[in-house]
Amino acid sequence: MKAVYFAWVRERIGKPEEEIAPPASVATAGDLIAWLAGRGEEYAYAFEQPKTIRVAIDRTHVKHGAAIAGAREIAFFPPMTGG
Amino acid sequence: MATIRVQSEDFDAAAEVDALIAGRRDVGAVVTFVGLCRDEGGRLAALELEHYPGMAEEEIGRVVAEAEARWPLMGAAVIHRSGRIAPGERIVFVATASAHRAAAFAAADFLMDYLKTRAPFWKKEHPADSGAGGWVAAKDDDDRAAERWAR
Repeated sequence: MKAVYFAWVRERIGKPEEEIAPPASVATAGDLIAWLAGRGEEYAYAFEQPKTIRVAIDRTHVKHGAAIAGAREIAFFPPMTGG
Repeated sequence: MATIRVQSEDFDAAAEVDALIAGRRDVGAVVTFVGLCRDEGGRLAALELEHYPGMAEEEIGRVVAEAEARWPLMGAAVIHRSGRIAPGERIVFVATASAHRAAAFAAADFLMDYLKTRAPFWKKEHPADSGAGGWVAAKDDDDRAAERWAR
C-alpha cells in the first residue's frame, strides 16, 4: 500500500510518500502508526504523539481503530488548519 | 450542482456569485464568505497552504452534500486556494444560495466551520523577519465551532 504524509508529518519523515508493506499483525490505522514509528528516528519523531495524528484511508477520514485491510492509500497528517 | 475548486490562482467573488445565480428566478438570498490572509500585526510575510490533492476536493464535496441535506440550498460554491498567499490576499470563498436568507446564512457558517476541521489543508507561516516559520496549530475554538452543528 502507499503511505502519504502531509505538513509536519511529511517534513519530519523527509518524504511525501512511499510504498510500505506492514506485516499481517498490523490490522488498524493505529497499529500502522505504531509500526511506522518503529522504522527509524525520523518516523519516531513524526509519530511521537500518535493521538495527534489524523488518518485517511483512500481519501476518507478514519479513526485509529479502522481496519487497513484492502487499503490502497493511507495518509497521515496533523489536525487540519485550512479555511 | 455545487462549484468546488482548489486552485493556486485568485478568484473573483463577484463573478462566482453571478455564476451561482445565472438563469435562476427562484433564489432570494446569496450569502458569501471570503477568508483573507492576515499579516498578524506585521509578523507574517506569507502563508503556505498545503493540501491533499484529490481528497481536498472530495472532502469539500462531502461537506457541501451535508449542507445540502440540512438546508434547502439552490446552489453552493467553495473555492480554496493552495500555495503561497501574502497578507491581504484571498484564501477561501464560500457562497450559498437559497430562497430565504436564514438557510443561506446558516449553511455558509456551517460550511466554513466544517471546512476548517475536515478539509485536508494545512497552513505554514513564513515570518516577516526571515526567521524559521512554523505550522499553524489547529485551534480548539475551531473544533468547538464545528461541534455546534453536531446532531
